[in-house]
Amino acid sequence: MNCIIIDDEATARVIINQLCSNETSLHVLEEFPNAIQAIKYLNQNEVDLIFLDIHMPDFTGFDFIETLKNPSKIILTTSDANFAIQAFEYDCIVDYLVKPITKERFKKAIQKANSKLIKQESISPSGNIESTSGNDLYVNIDRRLIKIDIPSIYLIEAKGDYIHVKTDHKNYTVHSTLKKIEDKLPDHSFLKVHRSFIINIKKIIDIEDNSVLIKKDVIPVSRSNRPELMKRLNLL
Amino acid sequence: MEYPNLSYIHSMSGEDKIFEQKLIDIIKEEFPEEKKNYLDNITAKNYKLTAENVHKLKHKISILGLEKSYEIAVAFENNLLEDNTTLQNEFESILTIITNYLHKL
Repeated sequence: MNCIIIDDEATARVIINQLCSNETSLHVLEEFPNAIQAIKYLNQNEVDLIFLDIHMPDFTGFDFIETLKNPSKIILTTSDANFAIQAFEYDCIVDYLVKPITKERFKKAIQKANSKLIKQESISPSGNIESTSGNDLYVNIDRRLIKIDIPSIYLIEAKGDYIHVKTDHKNYTVHSTLKKIEDKLPDHSFLKVHRSFIINIKKIIDIEDNSVLIKKDVIPVSRSNRPELMKRLNLL
Repeated sequence: MEYPNLSYIHSMSGEDKIFEQKLIDIIKEEFPEEKKNYLDNITAKNYKLTAENVHKLKHKISILGLEKSYEIAVAFENNLLEDNTTLQNEFESILTIITNYLHKL
């Protein structure tokens, strides 16, 4: 697994790097003293695993996770055990290491990260959006290409490394990103209204303040996407 | 009174003396700066920032095997978050002990 280390404390970075050097499955690509530098790096590079400190000045570890569109697996490293519950609200977080990190505990965390990677690969080996043909979209699930009727899609939600595609008849979980599926959908019907949601605007039931109702789902609309949504509507 | 030790650093190094020295050098470089930030902030009564400084110093305290001192640092950090400076003297004694220890390394 290719990994990066984000921690404002040099001592912590040296220790984590040393622990990584004991694990043959790990390859440390870069170390960063703050999250901003890491975001710039991740915009151009893919990694499998991120060691992330929570307590950093200006931009915390949780702020950093919120910026990631398709987060890699993350192992949190912190001197504070109090964030454990909050940490596991994120699908991308595989473990939570309290400093000072011991070799044994580190090894366990890497095993967890490895097993999660293997599990994901077995769920969907290439796991992505394969192709579109007219009104059809083919997605790779469990080594099968499954056809989805595009007009029947009413909602797509990003969830960690996966997207949930909801249609009038059935829901699908696909190992892919919102960006990839967005590129395959017709612009006239689909709109990204939030960093985690694409909706079929033809399926909207009503709009209230900063949310839309589609079927039984209430979907948030981010401030930046609201003008485009309003522009697309046939307003009286 | 407990004193710093290198047990944790030895457990990390696997007898890699180059790594041990590298880690000690970085601690010697970072600790005085973190201590100064702490002293500046507590003098200015910026308790939230002081709590951040204590939080960071906690890691060094634990790396140097100071288990009871670590507990004091945790309690002091929580006090500071409530603008309470109880345990300041105890915490600063720990900083002095570490300073003296690092000078000898």
